[in-house]
Amino acid sequence: MPTSDELKHRIEEAFPGANVSVEDLTGGGDHFRAEVVSDRFEGLSRIDQHKLVYGVFGNEVGGAIHALSIKTSTPGGDS
Amino acid sequence: MTNTEIHDFIENAIKENKVMLFMKGTPEEPRCGFSLRTSGALNALGVQYAALDILPDPRIREELSELSGWPTIPQLFIEGELVGGCDIVTEMYEKGELAEKLGVEMPEDDDEIEAAPEVPVQQGRIPLENRLD
Repeated sequence: MPTSDELKHRIEEAFPGANVSVEDLTGGGDHFRAEVVSDRFEGLSRIDQHKLVYGVFGNEVGGAIHALSIKTSTPGGDS
Repeated sequence: MTNTEIHDFIENAIKENKVMLFMKGTPEEPRCGFSLRTSGALNALGVQYAALDILPDPRIREELSELSGWPTIPQLFIEGELVGGCDIVTEMYEKGELAEKLGVEMPEDDDEIEAAPEVPVQQGRIPLENRLD
């Protein structure tokens, strides 16, 4: 079962220099919320930003990770 | 029904319905909080939309995600284009961007998405028959 720390580390590895926080919404290890602030999102649509984050976990989202709620932004502010 | 038929059905549904929501359950009986919030945003705006329950056959979700590149449910398409899941739709609703995209006015009382829609749900959507059984 994934933990919020594990998810956080994996996102940080995929987005070097990003500011990442992950919360386990239910405490059950299956519903998470991730906030990612990264300059990689610069110029991307919201949907492409979220796809990048989902891409870190591949098939696990919808599987072991039942739900991953995502909020993305760039260091410059809201995108 | 073969996987190809399901794939084609989904592709057609996205093409033929200006506002197309894939969800768990139905707008009347959502089976997941995320689907509830997403259809709730559309209901609050009083727009017509088609909705398809992905639960009856696991292949619907597999084919949909392969087609859209988006792993989770719900998925909202407007004019053939994936707009997002619950988080993006909720954020767009709150910022008024969803109303703008759909060409409707924001409801004056927009405190809570879950607030009862003024337009009854049945009138607020185009019934889409689930022919994937």
